[in-house]
Amino acid sequence: METLIDIVKIVTVMGILLGVVAYVVLLERRVAAAIQNRIGPNRVGWQGLLQPLADVVKLVMKEDIVPRNAHRFLHDLAPIISISIAMTTFAVIPFGDSITLFGRTIKLQIADINIGVLYILAMTSLGVYGVTLSGWSSNSKYSLLGGLRSSAQMLSYEISMGLAVIGVIMIAGSLRLDRIVEMQSGWMWNIVLQPIGFITFTVAAFAETNRHPFDLPEAEPELVGGYHTEYSGLKFGLFFLAEYSNMVVASALITTLFLGGWQIPYAAEMGLSGNLLSVLQVGAFCAKVLLLVLFFIIVRWTIPRFRYDQLMSLGWKVMLPLAILNILATGLAILLIG
Amino acid sequence: MTLIDVIFWFFAAVTLGSAAVVVFSRNIIYSAFALLFTFFGVAGFYVLLGADFIAITQLLIYVGGILVLLVFGVMLTNKVVSVDIKSGTLNAGVAMVVVSLTAGTIAGIFYATEWKTAPAEMLQPTTAGELGTMMMTSYLLPFEVASVVLLVALIGAAMVSRRDRSKQEAA
Repeated sequence: METLIDIVKIVTVMGILLGVVAYVVLLERRVAAAIQNRIGPNRVGWQGLLQPLADVVKLVMKEDIVPRNAHRFLHDLAPIISISIAMTTFAVIPFGDSITLFGRTIKLQIADINIGVLYILAMTSLGVYGVTLSGWSSNSKYSLLGGLRSSAQMLSYEISMGLAVIGVIMIAGSLRLDRIVEMQSGWMWNIVLQPIGFITFTVAAFAETNRHPFDLPEAEPELVGGYHTEYSGLKFGLFFLAEYSNMVVASALITTLFLGGWQIPYAAEMGLSGNLLSVLQVGAFCAKVLLLVLFFIIVRWTIPRFRYDQLMSLGWKVMLPLAILNILATGLAILLIG
Repeated sequence: MTLIDVIFWFFAAVTLGSAAVVVFSRNIIYSAFALLFTFFGVAGFYVLLGADFIAITQLLIYVGGILVLLVFGVMLTNKVVSVDIKSGTLNAGVAMVVVSLTAGTIAGIFYATEWKTAPAEMLQPTTAGELGTMMMTSYLLPFEVASVVLLVALIGAAMVSRRDRSKQEAA
């Protein structure tokens, strides 16, 4: 029975995640159009709502082209690594408290592991492989440069990302993500207690997901398409999917660690309880994640790209010292205030 | 055979098989990738032993950090500059002596040690807290010494890789 519940949870969450990702692509195109004073895709279905479906069909139908001197096996493997890591990271994120169905309490989290935070850091550090392998196996200079830039960037920002989380762990006193969310009841969200940690983590998340203004690995004017230049059809689609899933997962992570997760302030005072409250909490979680995704999109279309040396000096000379100072300040505050 | 046994033998096969590829493969890229599976297999052993923190650290540091650098170095030297990295046999006689000495020592330790075969008790839900406390109390000195050594290595690496500014200005 437990296994059955787990399978149902996995299938539901995966389905919702994939659906959300498809519509995030549409959201991005519509927001970009609005910012650039265009209309954007609005022909397929009402307001273009069937556009993601059409895109998927198009990508699946396209021919899969592999360059002649590419390393065939690794060329096939790279997009699979990218998408599976993006999806498995979501497994530990608590998207709600718990729900009671047929007299059985179900926790709204797929895998409740003791070292959830470390699991997430380990998974994001594996994400480099997808990009590096695709860049190398394509046997193309643009791909290789994209892969090279991406690995250096992800390795650099991973460090400040990990250090930014330490402040949160110190306050919560636990590596469990559900415990971290429980600690942020009311308005005591970690963004209030850890403003510097929030900023460093968010910036690092932008860099880790290769999003603007850190999207040097796929800078179109310089590298054609970056590490996925030589990909087409479904394999390109997988990279596309991985990029947007990474964005959704990063938003979910920021929500969990800094924006109170599924917590609704003053929900207990309003006299809500039981399943209704749980459903509302899941709604609150989704709303926070969507707002962050919107933030990611707006940043992409308003801020110009960094130069590569600016990116590296920001990472090592600003973000890293800030994150370390944040740990020291948090430690001092805990020592003095308790 | 219980499920745990099956998992153990699976990880053992993965670790040993991929380790063999690391050593015997003529293509250095395959060696680097086989190392990935070796690290994963070892992480699996840690999980089976109830050492969740060490398992995830193994992934985080070896797979996510060190191996990325290694794979990257191998890829860059092997394809971009088109230099063939030598992976042949050198100094077979000396190597044989060193390897047999090392293997003998390890085998001796293996047979001399009294292994605890009792099933591990899960005292804590996670080992992370206890490990941290131990590092900050009983093992503070080794911990600090190790971190200073790492810091020295970091500074040294930065010094070595840095361009020599004074020479450049003189030229």
